[in-house]
Amino acid sequence: MAHAAPRLTARRAGLVACRHCAHVWPAGTPVCGVCRASLTSRAPHSLQRVWAWWVAGVVTYIPANLFPMMKTSMLGDETASTIIGGVLDLLHHDAAFVAAVVFLASVCIPLGKFLAIAWIALALRRPAGSVPAHQLHRVHALVEFIGRWSMIDVFVVAILSALVQFSVVVSIHPGLAAISFACSVGFTMLSAQSLDPRLIYDASEQGRT
Amino acid sequence: MTSTSPDPARLVACPTCDTLFHADLLTAGRTATCSCCGTVIFAPRNGAIRTVLALAVAALVLMAVALGFPFLTMTASGLTTQASVIDAVASFAVDDMAPLSLAIGLLIVLLPSLRLCLLIYVTLPLALGRRPWPRAREAFRMNVELRPWSMAEIFMVGVAVAMVKVADMATISFGPAFWAMAAVATLLAAKDAVTCERTLWHMLRPA
Repeated sequence: MAHAAPRLTARRAGLVACRHCAHVWPAGTPVCGVCRASLTSRAPHSLQRVWAWWVAGVVTYIPANLFPMMKTSMLGDETASTIIGGVLDLLHHDAAFVAAVVFLASVCIPLGKFLAIAWIALALRRPAGSVPAHQLHRVHALVEFIGRWSMIDVFVVAILSALVQFSVVVSIHPGLAAISFACSVGFTMLSAQSLDPRLIYDASEQGRT
Repeated sequence: MTSTSPDPARLVACPTCDTLFHADLLTAGRTATCSCCGTVIFAPRNGAIRTVLALAVAALVLMAVALGFPFLTMTASGLTTQASVIDAVASFAVDDMAPLSLAIGLLIVLLPSLRLCLLIYVTLPLALGRRPWPRAREAFRMNVELRPWSMAEIFMVGVAVAMVKVADMATISFGPAFWAMAAVATLLAAKDAVTCERTLWHMLRPA
């Protein structure tokens, strides 16, 4: 739905809304009287936080792909596999579907999230209306919903390292990439959470009020 | 700016786009969706409090089962290993990766359990028709804020992937904890689907 007339927002009405319980208070009220959450009309420095966590997520994603995720030692021989290596390994096991799930969770979703968050943050600085607010909001909601699922690969390594421990015959140990990948997923989740969606709707109306 | 002078107590604002609405939405007892951005603001359901409480208690009991019993057993050429959920958490404690162990423990066991305890604390008095217990509002807010970080269901998908990886190397059998954990993941999802955050806030508001 597009609106020709500016919407009546809590901010325009001189109020500040609580993002938890949806109640509104006079502007400047520090704490919500219903749920006691701290109130801000718009999250302070939202975009700066988004970019800070975004950079941290991208930086930690690099070692996550360079270092081994998992080290398998079989009768003294140690083979290390990276994220991509693990996907190829699954393909060799004729498990194309599972390979696709891991590839999606460990490669497509993280990269897609970096691009999507950067796109939203950049779009907010462009002239009003160049990207419809609903589209930005939908992408942001999707990123928030789907981002956590990238953690799958870390859990795969955790359960395999716990299970496959046949002393000298075969054992699996976690590699350095597990820790950097987990950090990357966490940082990107924080980046998406730092974006106050109310800014998206503000940006689409700038200059129209 | 406004046609009527706003009385804040009679208004609510969409948490996603800040559009103002009349608080009558709250008492209508129907699902209320923001006309601007489509966010569901209220989705009240009859008796939801009791359902949420029941699901939370069931999930918490099953979480205890999941921790106390073997999770997976693997047999390969006469050798057998067993892993519990705790072992999966502790697997990173070697090779200087203890912080990751802690993080995994938080994500799959501690935070989901904490969220369940907080939710039971908040909903039990409400379901019994009593006044909320002290600091119920802080407890409920913490429960909501921790939601993205509780990853029991993602862990179960990870387990499924892991089993495919070792399927041709060994025989895997499921322990009671596996089924318990699968049930926990399902119950957690059902509980979050039934909970309407803002209806609960309305019940918790100071008299």
